[in-house]
Amino acid sequence: MRINDIIDIAYLITAVTFMLAMKLMNGPKTARQGNLLAAAGMTLALVATFFLQNGEHTIMQDHQGGLKVINLGLIALAFLVGGVIGTWSARKVQMTAMPQMVALFNGLGGGAVALVAVLEFREFAQTGIFEPVPLGTSVLSLVIGSISFSGSMIAFAKLQELMTGRPITYPGQKFVNFVLFTSAIVLIVFLIGFTHSFPLFLGLFALALVLGVVFVLPIGGADMPVVISLLNSFTGCAAGLAGFVLGNTALLIGGGLVGASGLILTLQMCKAMNRTLSNVIFGAFGSVDTTAAAGGTAHQGTVRSFSAEDAAIVFSSANSVIIVPGYGMAVAQAQHVVKELANKLAARDIDVKYAVHPVAGRMPGHMNVLLAEADVPYEQLYDLDEINSAFAECDVALVIGANDVVNPAARYDKASPIYGMPILDVDKARTVIVCKRSMNPGFAGIENELFFLPNCVMLFGNAKQSIAKLSAALEEV
Amino acid sequence: MSLIAVITIFILAMFVGLEVIAKVPQTLHTPLMSATNAIHGVVLVGGIYVLAVATEPIGYGVGFLATVFGVLNVVGGFVVTDRMLEMFKRKPKPAAATAPKGGE
Repeated sequence: MRINDIIDIAYLITAVTFMLAMKLMNGPKTARQGNLLAAAGMTLALVATFFLQNGEHTIMQDHQGGLKVINLGLIALAFLVGGVIGTWSARKVQMTAMPQMVALFNGLGGGAVALVAVLEFREFAQTGIFEPVPLGTSVLSLVIGSISFSGSMIAFAKLQELMTGRPITYPGQKFVNFVLFTSAIVLIVFLIGFTHSFPLFLGLFALALVLGVVFVLPIGGADMPVVISLLNSFTGCAAGLAGFVLGNTALLIGGGLVGASGLILTLQMCKAMNRTLSNVIFGAFGSVDTTAAAGGTAHQGTVRSFSAEDAAIVFSSANSVIIVPGYGMAVAQAQHVVKELANKLAARDIDVKYAVHPVAGRMPGHMNVLLAEADVPYEQLYDLDEINSAFAECDVALVIGANDVVNPAARYDKASPIYGMPILDVDKARTVIVCKRSMNPGFAGIENELFFLPNCVMLFGNAKQSIAKLSAALEEV
Repeated sequence: MSLIAVITIFILAMFVGLEVIAKVPQTLHTPLMSATNAIHGVVLVGGIYVLAVATEPIGYGVGFLATVFGVLNVVGGFVVTDRMLEMFKRKPKPAAATAPKGGE
């Protein structure tokens, strides 16, 4: 048995650990083992790679069998730099900043795929050997990897608020994008079918980077979870394609798994918003904020504002409370004070549940992670389907920094951009207390008639401070 | 490996992905995404390979960058996922631990 056969078996074992890991992610109790298993599998694949045979010697040895000092040194340095920065940033990042962190790491993965493709193609060009499959897959992995890289960087910038989180649109945008997209297709066909020119390949690299940017620019805040998930899927597919060139099962299976799972998550989220994927990507949702708000709804009602003390009295006479967290809770880092409040309510024998909308926050399951950080037992977290019938029997629905996902207009107002999106029925609770910074509309730019309902009161201010005050006031009641 | 074998593996892997993901609860979607994010960092294998066979400055430079990106993706991805899942693993309150979901 040749050494490379043994290494192939190692790659296969890695692929199996990836599949098992994803299976273990089915439950909170086994998920962590799953992640560690995948990490172990990854380590195995990386170690095995060092022993790949290239002719008589391993790829780390030169023709005489001596170690390639420069290459090994660079690899060691890359591991040191990447390992230290990666570990440090992963440990330091706030749980609220998780979406942009995932976007960043995802983009880097896409960048790695693209750069590997560049060197592969360059080698084809230098040797003059262009076999159809390696050629085609290297071109495609370059394009998808680059789009994933630059798209993720824009997503990161938007989420980190280095630039506006709203959709960026301009006249003729669709035409420009169409031209860019078509040129990319033409270049791909040209490169694979006609001229295998390296400069042209680099041109395609640049074009794909631009495509990634223009792809994410028109997509706005509340749609970010969908984009991040989609870009994750892209990188997975690109990595899988890179596996075609290298004939590597770990890449093929790992990439395929991620590509498919990312796509499923993406579609699930679109479904949760009752929108199609193409509407999310091309819809420039919420870009017409002021006009839509003015035109769609005209409210005559008044908004009632409560002080923390008033709100505390409402809570003190409640039997059941449902807390609805949204992005505002994440921004204000309010998850810990929310948990404190819930503890105080529980101490008074008040039943507390949390209702998590599928697209609350900036990434799927974002709220669950934040609440888990604050030590909220996951048994108290409920999905939309599980909890919606409970609102009618609940005394207080406490909405913290959520907006569009509790907007009743989604049920009936065909003019509303969020019409048809399944929402949390907080308006059916006896009292709705909405904790919100101001009356500004949410990310989708739509005014929320919930705030004008007679059973709704507002608790204006930063979520963390408001909830802390409420919690303190509850002691006095 | 023959082309058809490679395509077969890729497509089957995608179906496995569809199957295993469909069962993951919403609660774990963020860690799941983060873990799959780390998994596609397996392209680092490719990064190591191209850097190992590089012979001149451009190859060294691009290969080095690819490897750094790959390491960041893998290490950052797994560490961040582990941090999140550690929080989920904390033991639930004794009362909640025995009660079935929604049963009060």
